[in-house]
Amino acid sequence: MIANTLPKSLQDNPRLDQWITILPGGGVMLRVGKVEIGQGITTALAQIAAEELDIAPGRLVVTAGDTAAAPDEGTTTGSMSVEMSGGAVRLVCAEVRGLFLAAAAGRLERSVSGLSVRDGAVMAGAVATGLNYWNLAGAVPLAREATGAVSVKPQSAHRLVGTDMPRRDLALKLSGGGFLHDMVLPGMAHARVLHPPLIGARLEAVDAAVIERAGASVFQHGNFAAVLAGSAAVAEAALAVARPVWSGGAAIGPVMEEAGWLVGREAIHSHFGVAGEASPGDRIRAVYTRPYISHGTLGPSVAIAEFDGARLVIWSHSQGPYPLRRHVAALTGLAETAITVRHAQGAGCYGHNGADDAALEAALLALHHPGRPIRVLWTRADEFAQEPVGTAMSVEIAAALDAAGRPVDWTATIWSAPHVGRMFAANLLPFQALPEPPAAVAMVDPAPEGGGGASRNSVPIYDVGPCRVDVHLVQRPPVRTSALRGLGALPNVFAIESFLDELAERAGVDPVEYRLSILSDARARRVLVAAAEMARWARRGPAGTGAGLGIGLGRYKNKSAFAAVAVALEVDTEVRLRRIWCSVDAGLAINPDGIRNQVEGGIIQAASMTLKEQVRLGSEGIASRSWAEYPILRFSEIPPIETVLLDAGDEPPLGVGECTMGPTAAAIGNAVAHALGARIRDMPFTRERIAAALLAGG
Amino acid sequence: MATTFTLNGDPVTIEGAPTALLLDVLRNGLGLTGARYGCGEEQCGACLVLVDGVAVHACGREVGTLAGRDVVTAEGVPEVIRAAFIAEQAAQCGYCSSGMIVAAAGLLGRVVRPGRDEVVAALDGNLCRCGSHPRIVAAVLRAAEGMAP
Repeated sequence: MIANTLPKSLQDNPRLDQWITILPGGGVMLRVGKVEIGQGITTALAQIAAEELDIAPGRLVVTAGDTAAAPDEGTTTGSMSVEMSGGAVRLVCAEVRGLFLAAAAGRLERSVSGLSVRDGAVMAGAVATGLNYWNLAGAVPLAREATGAVSVKPQSAHRLVGTDMPRRDLALKLSGGGFLHDMVLPGMAHARVLHPPLIGARLEAVDAAVIERAGASVFQHGNFAAVLAGSAAVAEAALAVARPVWSGGAAIGPVMEEAGWLVGREAIHSHFGVAGEASPGDRIRAVYTRPYISHGTLGPSVAIAEFDGARLVIWSHSQGPYPLRRHVAALTGLAETAITVRHAQGAGCYGHNGADDAALEAALLALHHPGRPIRVLWTRADEFAQEPVGTAMSVEIAAALDAAGRPVDWTATIWSAPHVGRMFAANLLPFQALPEPPAAVAMVDPAPEGGGGASRNSVPIYDVGPCRVDVHLVQRPPVRTSALRGLGALPNVFAIESFLDELAERAGVDPVEYRLSILSDARARRVLVAAAEMARWARRGPAGTGAGLGIGLGRYKNKSAFAAVAVALEVDTEVRLRRIWCSVDAGLAINPDGIRNQVEGGIIQAASMTLKEQVRLGSEGIASRSWAEYPILRFSEIPPIETVLLDAGDEPPLGVGECTMGPTAAAIGNAVAHALGARIRDMPFTRERIAAALLAGG
Repeated sequence: MATTFTLNGDPVTIEGAPTALLLDVLRNGLGLTGARYGCGEEQCGACLVLVDGVAVHACGREVGTLAGRDVVTAEGVPEVIRAAFIAEQAAQCGYCSSGMIVAAAGLLGRVVRPGRDEVVAALDGNLCRCGSHPRIVAAVLRAAEGMAP
């Protein structure tokens, strides 16, 4: 394979030595800009590197997400790491291997064609030549640009790629270490931030005396305030007695909890695609919603920052060390070159949680306490109430049908708050607390061709005729919103796949058969049929018995992995999941076990969101501030899950981290409708909604 | 004021207030970071430790209540449990894992070869946000086989 266009990560970081360093003593350092957030990416990238370099994976040292030592690959989001970073690593390592073989051929005065590499040693056939990556390193400078012109291995030659390589980070994490939360610097101060209850609230007073009596000190700058102490326990005690007085802020309340509140608000409008000629009266329509969703990271956000008077170093579990560095520079006034951001692992984040805010807070505190490392730790209540949540969304689909009841003209109308708030300083807490906060800017989502935000997966992968999507991005939602796993994909796939089941029922056709009648994409058909067969779809019973079987299909971002999910469940006063089946086409699978882990995790998380989750709002801000107030699925609520990865040959690897979320929500929605004989179009599927659907449907 | 108890098999004496929380003492006093801060409200299970063989939340347990007791943290659970979690790759981010292996150790300390339902019941108070639940159950069942006589 010759790359015609280099992956973006390689265009942005073209030098080979930005990625690979041959280490003295038999190691190789792999440098990547994508970071480990529990998805196993460093293991998969190491696997790709070891494959193309022909070395044992154990020789690799991976440096990920360090602005002083690793390439800038933006943020680790959107299931793009294997496609982007993996694509770059594959080309770089193939090229590095080629350079060493060429150098060896020169030394040995023979042609490259008879040479190969075995665990870093250059071989002539089965005979070791005595040359290897380490003793040739001085003769092979890697400070040169990648050409992308070296062939990478075909799938048939893979020995490591495609195998279930164990995660590199688990042993340490199972032995008590592995997280930024565990890091201690000498002389470190422990800080807890006094966060405002409402967006835009003003800090009127902080009682410094009571904080000092607790053994801590207080730092205030504009509307930003924090307590600092020599120990975590004292900082906690000071936080407990600190009674900051706030005034003002944008009023919110429970009436704003549902997506319906967004409909008709002041918004930025955009649209793409062209609708057909059908008049509104000729269209069938339905509205589907989901509420605000918490990322619900298990470990509240943490950061450590240290300023020596000239240079600022920050340790953060942010998904984007380089973008974070730009924000730190803007907040502190330091040059980017004076700032280093080092990624260290946190708990799974599933998008933009409190990580970046905590890092900026630590940076601000460190700047004002030179020589003293500052550790900021958020409380559980902070993480629920202060993090930017995944936005509520309302999706209305309207379609005109042909005589057979198939869609021939399709529109979607979406109301949503912004899905990506990470790049806007005005959307980050420490900036909002400045004496003169940055002016609000128009917060627009990524363009549809870049994957979209609210519009992600809004265009069906089915043959539905002309299709137009209107997006209304509400700029002043009641709560701060930002990226949550899959952005708009979950609500959009839930809406499309629910709507298709409703159309199938209207047409009197089996839902799988109906889908296949409007689905020409061969790969999508294959995953749909595979999941249906696993679930013994042919034996599906009648509707309205209390037991349901439903299915959902999607291709994440319309360009990444394909996934179909089938769910069997029972409904009485609540939904009980019984079995889940999943089929995935992820293209070339780098690490099949890693894919299964991500795919099943996505299923469970999406099931939790669909059945249980909703951020609650009160007059004092977000009211759901504990796991008791924001329940998620537990062990006893999770059924057996069976997953198959379909062989996709040498098709390029496709991102999988988010591919099962939408299909799972849809399959549950369709199974509940099958069980009840009545449909619920609003997530989560609470007892009240089940009762209401039965009343309306019965 | 000092409190003496057994920690991962060795005697330890904690100076200071008996009201200090065990999680803080472990993490910040002793540098044992296996018990993790997840909520501080005994709701997520990330901080579980065994006290006399029973899994309890370190975030809500005052150190003064531990005099003479036997405390085991994630660092001290039988190696066979850790190995089973690795064999099943039973984690994604791994933040909940400490609590899971401690809950598993508590169960396997009192039940030989528990059934799947018993494992699920023993883990039901522990939250995992990544969705590794099926693998975690499989890992505990695997560990149970390894520990059975």
